[in-house]
Amino acid sequence: MPPTALLSRELPTLDYSATRDRFDETWRSPLSTLLGLGRAAGADFVEFFLERVNYISCLAEEDAITSISPRLIAGAGVRVFLAKGDCYVSTNDLSFKGLKAALEKALSILGLSLPNPQAFIPEINLELLRDYAAANQKETWLSDCSSMQEMGDILLTANAQLHQQANHVQSRRAAYFRDWQEILVAASDGVFARDIRLTQSVGYSLLCAEGSDRASINKRVGATNNPNFLRAWQYADDAAEVAESAGQMLHADYVESGNYPIIMANEFGGVIFHEACGHLLETTQIERKTSPFSEMKGKKIAHENLTAWDEGLSPNAFGSIDMDDEGMPVQRTLLIENGILKNFLSDRAGCIRTGQPRTGSGRRQSFTHAAASRMRNTYIAPGNFTNEDLFASVEKGIYCKKMGGGSVGPTGEFNFGVDEAYLIENGKITKPLKGATLIGEAKEIMKKISMSSQDLGLAAGFCGSISGSIYVTVGQPHIKVDEITVGGR
Amino acid sequence: MSDVGTIAAIAKQKAQTLGIQKFDVCGSTVDEASVQVDQGEPKQVKASKRSSVMVRVWNEANTVGVTSTSEVDELGLELALKTAQEASAFGAKEHVPDFSPAATATLDATPTEKVPPAEIATLIENLVKTEAQLMEAHAAIAGVPYNGLAQRDAQRFYLNSAGAMRQEGRSSSSIYLYSKTEQEGKRPRSAGAFRVSHGLDQLDIDGCLQETVEKTISHLNYQPITSGKYRVVLSAEAFLSLLGAFSNLFNAQSILDNRSLSTVDSLGTEIASPLLSVADDALHADNVGQTTFDDEGTPTRRISIIDRGILSNFLHSAGTAKRLNTEPTGHANLGAKVTVGPHFYHVFAASQPEQTYSLDDAENVIFIDDVQALHAGVKALQGSFSLPFDGWLVNKGERVSIESATVAGDFRELLKSIIYVESEAELTPGGICPRIWVDELSITGE
Repeated sequence: MPPTALLSRELPTLDYSATRDRFDETWRSPLSTLLGLGRAAGADFVEFFLERVNYISCLAEEDAITSISPRLIAGAGVRVFLAKGDCYVSTNDLSFKGLKAALEKALSILGLSLPNPQAFIPEINLELLRDYAAANQKETWLSDCSSMQEMGDILLTANAQLHQQANHVQSRRAAYFRDWQEILVAASDGVFARDIRLTQSVGYSLLCAEGSDRASINKRVGATNNPNFLRAWQYADDAAEVAESAGQMLHADYVESGNYPIIMANEFGGVIFHEACGHLLETTQIERKTSPFSEMKGKKIAHENLTAWDEGLSPNAFGSIDMDDEGMPVQRTLLIENGILKNFLSDRAGCIRTGQPRTGSGRRQSFTHAAASRMRNTYIAPGNFTNEDLFASVEKGIYCKKMGGGSVGPTGEFNFGVDEAYLIENGKITKPLKGATLIGEAKEIMKKISMSSQDLGLAAGFCGSISGSIYVTVGQPHIKVDEITVGGR
Repeated sequence: MSDVGTIAAIAKQKAQTLGIQKFDVCGSTVDEASVQVDQGEPKQVKASKRSSVMVRVWNEANTVGVTSTSEVDELGLELALKTAQEASAFGAKEHVPDFSPAATATLDATPTEKVPPAEIATLIENLVKTEAQLMEAHAAIAGVPYNGLAQRDAQRFYLNSAGAMRQEGRSSSSIYLYSKTEQEGKRPRSAGAFRVSHGLDQLDIDGCLQETVEKTISHLNYQPITSGKYRVVLSAEAFLSLLGAFSNLFNAQSILDNRSLSTVDSLGTEIASPLLSVADDALHADNVGQTTFDDEGTPTRRISIIDRGILSNFLHSAGTAKRLNTEPTGHANLGAKVTVGPHFYHVFAASQPEQTYSLDDAENVIFIDDVQALHAGVKALQGSFSLPFDGWLVNKGERVSIESATVAGDFRELLKSIIYVESEAELTPGGICPRIWVDELSITGE
């Protein structure tokens, strides 16, 4: 154990031997020393993010397992701030020498250099290890998950179920992944926190064809923190739903383009809020000045019937985490209340650059990315209407039952695909439609979400942005948008 | 990462200890750096040096298991081999992957020479200067919210227990600029450009800047467009985006999986206008990402995909080639299930057309510069697309930016509706391609 204030020249002789296969207290000394070294070099703030991943995916095609693919990853990233600027260096080398080399490179990028050999290197006084894995009994999660044999058996049974339920099947797949991640965050402000995360997802991909007509329908469910997730998968229900959707869409007409009122189903329908508004409330967008809501905090940005949240606390939800990737405990953040913008989603860099308080939203795909302000579980709150009220208000419109993905551009224009849609005439669903894309401008559409039903539902999703692809939840009750452009044929 | 010889020696020794007779390893190490700037200051600077390998292990029953790892040392490789060995018990029993018969064939092509990386300070200096020039180019340009200058040095290898061993390295440097405008009473507009080269010295930063400026200014005055069917001109970027999105048309693995718009019987059928020819050419002289072998060690080569409108070849891995009784084409991506992917498209006019067209005299034509949100608007297994785009309505050379619109259609119909393939090709990161003229595409505006 080195003294609390060692000389820079003594660093090469230190023999740190932190545990290789676990992030525990043995990492305190090396990280504390490295953080002190960074501060002594002149950095305003230094943060290390260490990660180990044990990932496996399994694919069943028709009646065979065609892929079982484990992946083992370890790495670290060091982020150094100097005033409002920062740099991020990542490495696979978790040795003291490797981490020091990464730090040295980060410092040099910012024009800083390691202190001279005579300089004292104070160790940073890290907090007592805040160990969410130990506190919440997560240590056995990995071994408690389904074995390779079990995951193969379940997927084959599930895929056989799909075969029974669907007609005109051309291809059917059942796919599963388990992502086990151990992380450790140590920062020069004293943060020292560890967590284990377990994220799993399973779903179907069905392609049906008859003549020249084709329909492809996907459904995926996901959860965190539940080693029994795969065993508890209600695959028969999902198979029935996917088969029903594919049957409806196989011979559907293409939607006629135009402007329509639409009703969006609950659960994954929430992708509209995620894309059209959620991203624009992240401080990464505020600091780039690419959000139309930058100067709107406290002002009305949406219909008075709309309230929305982003949080990391819903039990087992796909975007739930105990702490963010900067070691901050997550929270429940009110985004919009009755149409008024209440809060932005902020990480450390966002706080430094925009002044918005951190919200436990610093997230990243892996150690190769610096954390950025990102969404967790984001949803529109239940309203006062019923689904019947929503449909009754539409003379001619589109019911968007199953949404595809979407995106938002730097000018606030968004778009997303609709996988399963129906024509509404005089308040009733009359026929299935395919090929619809919804396009609009965030600032305008938020004021057109005029009715929210009471059946809030959440759905697992993947969100790609500046810090990589992360697990999120989108959600909403059934909502009505008074008018939106529908692209079609 | 250790050198390839050392990795091979470690893998061989560990495999022997674990009783593994047959294995292969594909891996890479990447050293990269990127910078972004904001209003003259570096905003985020990133650097990374990382390695990863994927090992495949065949067991005595000849089923295969795979594991990838970022820990490329003795312990890491041993664990990866052990995990792959465990996974092999659950490997596919039909169509089991095997070594490529071409994994030991001589490589005709030599890898391009690597360019030494520039100092990160030089990257920042260049990007700050470029951002300033872009901001000064027009009063309406309020910022460059998305920008980046990056360089990358990558080394990759393939080896197997039958003695195959090959490696290559390449370097690249790239820049992207994406501007945003603000004008009183008008919607914000944006436009961007991208360039890539082998090294910073060869990078066409000025070209990227000029293209961004020109496009941004051209979008300042915009008009809504009436929905309807239009004659459409697709830029190289737009056509290649669509071609890539529907590459299951010529992907042998997708075809064998019944997840393609083609079947094994589609070879030799007409799938496009006779005016169109398409090849995939990893070794094309203009391909900055030139690669001489795929993940199975098969040498890459130029493959004709569409020849005068006729589907002429599929892209293959060793496994798909074996199943369809042909040669692997060098397009394999390694995994527990080997997938197939293109390298670099070369799209060109198949013949002299009877009629030529020009944007200088065409009337009421839509020129699509780029299509967006492909992940949301493409139904690759249905053949349909509905995508927002950046573009202009062109009348006798006069361009008017289109406010906001989508283009929709069926890609198979689009290929057959091509009326003209221009002669002058444009280089993009994904391939080289001229402008493609298509009749009767649906445009949704207002």
